[in-house]
Amino acid sequence: MTNQSDTALSDTAQPDLILVAERVTKRFGGLVAVRDVDLSIPRGAIVSVIGPNGAGKTTFFNVIVGISEPTAGDVSIGGRRMIGSPVRAWVEPFTWFIPAVVLALLATAASYAGLEFFALLGTVLALIALMTMLLAAIVRPLWYMRILGRLGIFRSARPNEMVAAGIGRTFQNIRLFANMTVRENVLVGMHLKLKANLVDAFLSTPRSHAEEASAEKRAEEMLALVGLKGRGDGLAKNLPYGDQRRLEVARALASEPSLLLLDEPTSGMNPNETAEMMGLIRKLRQELGISVLLIEHDMGVVMGISDQVTVLDHGEKIAEGTPEVVRANPKVIEAYLGKPAT
Amino acid sequence: MTARTVAPRGTGSPRTAFFQFTREHRSLSIILAWVVIGLALPAIVLLPPLSTFQNQVVWVDGFALSGVYILLALGLNIVVGFAGLLDLGYAAFFAIGSYTFAFAASPQAITHLNIPFWPMLVVGALVAALFGILLGAPTLRLRGDYLAIVTLGFGEIVPAIFLNADAYTKGTNGIGGIPQPQLPCVGSVCVHFTFLDPFPFYVTMLGILAVVMILIYRLQDSRLGRAWMAIREDELAAASSGINTITTKLLAFALGASTAGFAGVFSASKLGNVTPDQFQFAVSFTILAMVVLGGMGNIWGVVIGAFTLYTIQSVLLKELNQFFQGQHVPILQNIDFVQYQYLLYGLALVGMMLLRPEGLFPSNRRRRELHQEAAEDTELAPPTQEIGDS
Repeated sequence: MTNQSDTALSDTAQPDLILVAERVTKRFGGLVAVRDVDLSIPRGAIVSVIGPNGAGKTTFFNVIVGISEPTAGDVSIGGRRMIGSPVRAWVEPFTWFIPAVVLALLATAASYAGLEFFALLGTVLALIALMTMLLAAIVRPLWYMRILGRLGIFRSARPNEMVAAGIGRTFQNIRLFANMTVRENVLVGMHLKLKANLVDAFLSTPRSHAEEASAEKRAEEMLALVGLKGRGDGLAKNLPYGDQRRLEVARALASEPSLLLLDEPTSGMNPNETAEMMGLIRKLRQELGISVLLIEHDMGVVMGISDQVTVLDHGEKIAEGTPEVVRANPKVIEAYLGKPAT
Repeated sequence: MTARTVAPRGTGSPRTAFFQFTREHRSLSIILAWVVIGLALPAIVLLPPLSTFQNQVVWVDGFALSGVYILLALGLNIVVGFAGLLDLGYAAFFAIGSYTFAFAASPQAITHLNIPFWPMLVVGALVAALFGILLGAPTLRLRGDYLAIVTLGFGEIVPAIFLNADAYTKGTNGIGGIPQPQLPCVGSVCVHFTFLDPFPFYVTMLGILAVVMILIYRLQDSRLGRAWMAIREDELAAASSGINTITTKLLAFALGASTAGFAGVFSASKLGNVTPDQFQFAVSFTILAMVVLGGMGNIWGVVIGAFTLYTIQSVLLKELNQFFQGQHVPILQNIDFVQYQYLLYGLALVGMMLLRPEGLFPSNRRRRELHQEAAEDTELAPPTQEIGDS
């Protein structure tokens, strides 16, 4: 254990597990949408979470991408705890005020010592320190998170921090940037991989030009990979439905994730399109070596492609294992088809 | 397909060639455009119908002040047009820029500093940017109507503070005696900024506008501009693409505010005084109307919108008064059109929203958003890159 934030991780931290969710529970008032669900995704595997409508699949999904905070439970990525109940959160406000208080005390001391200039300087610095820390608490830049880590404070990651940690996702109801071009959609996905800052933008530096050019080239490659070659200039909203889903995959891939989360990638597709999408998912694993988590309600879709299937019903895990094992499980059959009349 | 798509790219009409040139050398085009505009405007007002309204010096003085509003509209366009954050209190940052310069330079302010105009142009922008972040931070979780209401509140708070902090700001009287910019003489050539001669202000404003526009265009095309667009389209999807929506929105507020800071410093120096009533809600509203009229998101459209509205407000309404008084038309001759300017704005906004919601000169993107049938994209497609793909 080198990193302090690793301490909360389970003792079974195997390096080949890319995502580990432990005892994830999400409560909405009296309703328990997800209860004590465990899930681990081995590197390079295709894992599916299935269940009938209302089983809590999407709630679970939203927890592991950082959109909604779990009531209890942890999610770790690559052995690092990313989401879970806060640890020593009460310490955090102290980090906002201590630098300012120290500077203010120094300024007071200086004013007693008759050092007018240093008293003024200290006051100004104290104000700046206070504002900087408060702003950092909102923006959460890397250095601030590092300070929190040093102090043993843990806060759940935000969606964009989950992307930085290597999670790419798509949405159940397609959420493309409809009025941007197909290429721009992919370029937005590359946001974290681009380094140009405000100064680069203002001065229009050669560095930023080179970066943009190579990003556009990469975007074109991404589009070719998902089968949208040469469609970059059209508007995202003008694509046919199936292609919009492909574009969402391309956008998620643009952040170079090690794990791709797909929320019902085939919903609303005809059998033909569904087969194509499954082919694409297989191809992604083969060519890019990324792991995939599929959320589906249609059992048939995922059986042929998954290495491991987890079945949720009423927020609880009722079965887990290879597709064959799950298919034969009487609880699963019951959840999908109802209790046999005996 | 239409004939437009058949025309070969680049070699066709002068219009195509013109647009291609502006795309390839945009910064140069902007500078050239402002040079041409800068030379043309003082000349045009010497022509008959315009020359009868007011003399050239008054016209140019108005142009310099209209530049302030163009700057404000450009800045608000970053917040509203690019990032999609409706800000109804934008005049607050204008006020902060103005008062910053007043405190830094006016001998009548209690600070008794005497900092010259040029460095303060930058400092004023930075101070305004800081307040942009401060006022933006509490609004980060809000969207749409709620955001508009909170910003409306800030827009009222800031002038109210300047009004009531009597001891520092002299309340309603404001701070006067704000000095004009000064330039060292080059050889025997001296430029004096005075109230009587608007030309130096006019040229300075043209320069500021050219620089600000170049920077805003570059922002729009940068990674940040794309992130703003993405947030405007779908905030959750943007966050799930790795965009730190909080930083990105704060940057929109900060950069929008800094543009208002420029405008504030310039306007304080041009007018020579600042008073709280220069920053009423009506100012925020006017700037927003300018952005909407010109076409949200389109930089040149916003410039034209701001210029048009300002000119109507400051010149044409007065001329309308004069005209109808001369005509002895029963009712119209008794109407003071200047008094009715906000009624006219209101009517214009209602008409705009019904007939042309995307503004007079919309960005292609806005037009697509508001007209689902989306006409063919008129922009030239960049050459498709050939990727050696299996």
